[in-house]
Amino acid sequence: MTELSRRQLMQLGAAGVLLGNGLAIRAAHAEGDTVTIAYNVNLPSWDPTTGLSAVNPTIQSIYRSVFDQFIGQKPSLEFQPGLLTEWGWTDDRKQVWMTVREGVKWHDGSPFSAGDVVWSLERAGKQDGGNPISFIWSKIANFRIDGNKITADVVAFEPTLFKWMAFLTGYVMPKAYFEKMGAEGFEAKPIGTGPYMVDQFERNGFVRLKANPDYWGGKPAFGTVIYKFVPDVTSRVAEIESGSSDITVDVPFEEFDRLKDKEGLAGVSTPVSDIGMIFLNNIDAMNDKNVRLAAHHAIDKQAIVDKLLRGYATPIDTLEAPQYAAFDASIKVGYDADKARELLKASGFGPDNPVKFKIQTTRGLKPKDYEMVQAIVGMWRKVGIEAEIEVYEIAKHYELRAADQLAPAAFYNWGNAIGDPTTSTGFAMFGPSPHSVWNTDDLDGMIGPLWGETDETKRIEGWKAVDRYIAQEGYVIPLIQYQQPILFKKTIKVVPNIAGSPEPAQMTAG
Amino acid sequence: MSLKFVFSRTISACITLLGVMIVVFVLVRVVPGNPIAMMIAPGASEADVVALRARYGLDLPIYHQFSLWFAQVLHGNFGTSISLKQNVLTIIMQRLPATLELAVFALCLAVVWGTMVALVSTALRNTWYERIIDSFNGMMLAVPDFIWGLTFVLVLGVLLPILPVSGRSDPSIDVDLLTQFYLIEGVLRGHFIFVWDVLKHMILPALTMALPLAAVIGRVLKNAMMDVMVQDYILLARIKGLSNLRILLQEALRNAAVPALALTGVQFTFLIGGTVITEKIFSYPGIGNLAIDAVIYRDLPLIQGLVLTFGAMFILVNMLVDASSALLNPRLRHA
Repeated sequence: MTELSRRQLMQLGAAGVLLGNGLAIRAAHAEGDTVTIAYNVNLPSWDPTTGLSAVNPTIQSIYRSVFDQFIGQKPSLEFQPGLLTEWGWTDDRKQVWMTVREGVKWHDGSPFSAGDVVWSLERAGKQDGGNPISFIWSKIANFRIDGNKITADVVAFEPTLFKWMAFLTGYVMPKAYFEKMGAEGFEAKPIGTGPYMVDQFERNGFVRLKANPDYWGGKPAFGTVIYKFVPDVTSRVAEIESGSSDITVDVPFEEFDRLKDKEGLAGVSTPVSDIGMIFLNNIDAMNDKNVRLAAHHAIDKQAIVDKLLRGYATPIDTLEAPQYAAFDASIKVGYDADKARELLKASGFGPDNPVKFKIQTTRGLKPKDYEMVQAIVGMWRKVGIEAEIEVYEIAKHYELRAADQLAPAAFYNWGNAIGDPTTSTGFAMFGPSPHSVWNTDDLDGMIGPLWGETDETKRIEGWKAVDRYIAQEGYVIPLIQYQQPILFKKTIKVVPNIAGSPEPAQMTAG
Repeated sequence: MSLKFVFSRTISACITLLGVMIVVFVLVRVVPGNPIAMMIAPGASEADVVALRARYGLDLPIYHQFSLWFAQVLHGNFGTSISLKQNVLTIIMQRLPATLELAVFALCLAVVWGTMVALVSTALRNTWYERIIDSFNGMMLAVPDFIWGLTFVLVLGVLLPILPVSGRSDPSIDVDLLTQFYLIEGVLRGHFIFVWDVLKHMILPALTMALPLAAVIGRVLKNAMMDVMVQDYILLARIKGLSNLRILLQEALRNAAVPALALTGVQFTFLIGGTVITEKIFSYPGIGNLAIDAVIYRDLPLIQGLVLTFGAMFILVNMLVDASSALLNPRLRHA
């Protein structure tokens, strides 16, 4: 038997370590069809229909990789067939009908059927089922299945019902599998019908997805997708700069500008369905229309976009971004500092006798949120508004908003990936909504009838009229439409998505 | 060690833990931001909000909520996480091993580094080298750990991309493990490629946590060794002809180690607390990272479970330090 000296043993050990290292590196890049994404949020749960994570827009690109929605949505926000190929209301709006895609399989190989669709809709509509959007899903009931055709009775007409089928919690879940595994079992080993299957999941670490070879929409270009959960922005920048990840999103614009021109990297920044706004509360100084309008006219939004956001945002004048259904370019509330001074003067205020109120904001939740508010306060000061800034956590904002106790002005961001006016102007401005801040009868009287309007053209025109009225009265201060910066290796083609983050199934080799 | 000593420490630990439970339970309900407000759907009515509060037991008086939670905890049930919708104890047990391995690895680095600093500095006492080492040690102590973390990310992760800056292992490596103790199980089962990958992922966060602790250990140990070096038995050892290295290692270090050991134990608890920031910077999937998310989402059951876990770890480490100090110093057993 050959005996090893201590030196030889150490040399072997070192060689082993180096070999091990080399193997690990090879393992990481063994497959040329792997794409690694340094993602900005964690995935708290695999059930896309219940709990807090179900309504987190940022997570939807992961959910959409594994699960299919009832109705699909293109990156441009246009709707397209998903697991439903056709859908609609009867003429009297008393029933809905849906046609279910045939030949689809769940990731475990079992066949997908209309029963899964009905079970998912019924589960979503249960008041105590944990679906945050159950108030929408509960508006249809008494489902009937005939082959791949489903009909259901309308409990209360909801014009956005089918749009929600492509939005938050609008996913089809596997009835038989979920019932067999239970909620915890499903959480441990989720399946869907989507383009990717969950291969390995380390909570708060990463998820590794494998392409679904039987996907009804065709096998995706990349065989493996790895989402690394990297909430810290410095680490995300390091991930893409060091080459450890192929794609990352939501880095500071300064870093985006620096890295997009770096060799081997590319960058794209496009508008997303997320806006920055200042809620006004109908208390104190905000009950004075002149003050509200002056506060709006005094803000030079373009200067904020150019100087703080390096041009990566679009100024807006209503809560409807240009891609939304009720966007009306003719509604303008321009920057006019002189007009702001006149309005304030009419109410007895001016730079020597400023109107005073508090403005609340988060700091670091959205890009340059605090800095934007600082700039706005500076602009206000010049015309005769003295605003005191209060920084709070987002949890505090929700608490105050739910209790209708926000300050006279409060900065916030609002997402609306289906682009419908009910999910922007509607929920943000209708008094009875738990998320509204401005509560006055005149506005509620205009909005109320629109919830059940069955004529789509009239409905959209009605919302445009509401937006115009809000702008004239100064009930809210819309600021900007955000952009999402995406950095990626030039070896990959990324399709930006207005609804949120890019989806792996739409990525191809560059 | 007497039974009385163990009994008194256990009783003391239970009282401390009860105090931690009460404080954290009240605190998370007093601080601004409630989880229900974050869960309210756009179309929710007042009745829906009331139902949601009832579902999570938040409509009950605080003392009633506490008594229910306390009874559950005694039965090993920490409740269900609001944001993750899973049993809190299960979640913590899945993540705790990552933090423990990281903390112990950081402690080992700190002890080795600190001891080396103390030894070299003592050996080179009264020279310029000692001052340089002391200055460097002072800098390690003065710079906060998160600054070290960001520096390591930039230097070793980006400028010289030699170490990974996020996660616990390479997602593309397939290893079927039975436990969450990646390092220990990897070694025991001979998955050395995986072990090396896990170690690579641990180096930067562990160094981030270890540097300030290493500086403390180095300073305390060096001071203790300097005191020892002027004792008569050291002079006797010199007269007997022992080499400087042998005197340092066999006489000075052994006798100076007791105060440094006690301090290391106490500092280890702070090191565990430091995982909250470090794990966030390096996206390391331990309980520190989990704690930040729990606070953001105001996940009350999870926050309570995590604070209780941190509290239990602190108490356990302190008990171990007390016990080892008592073993080393018989006078303490009767204190």
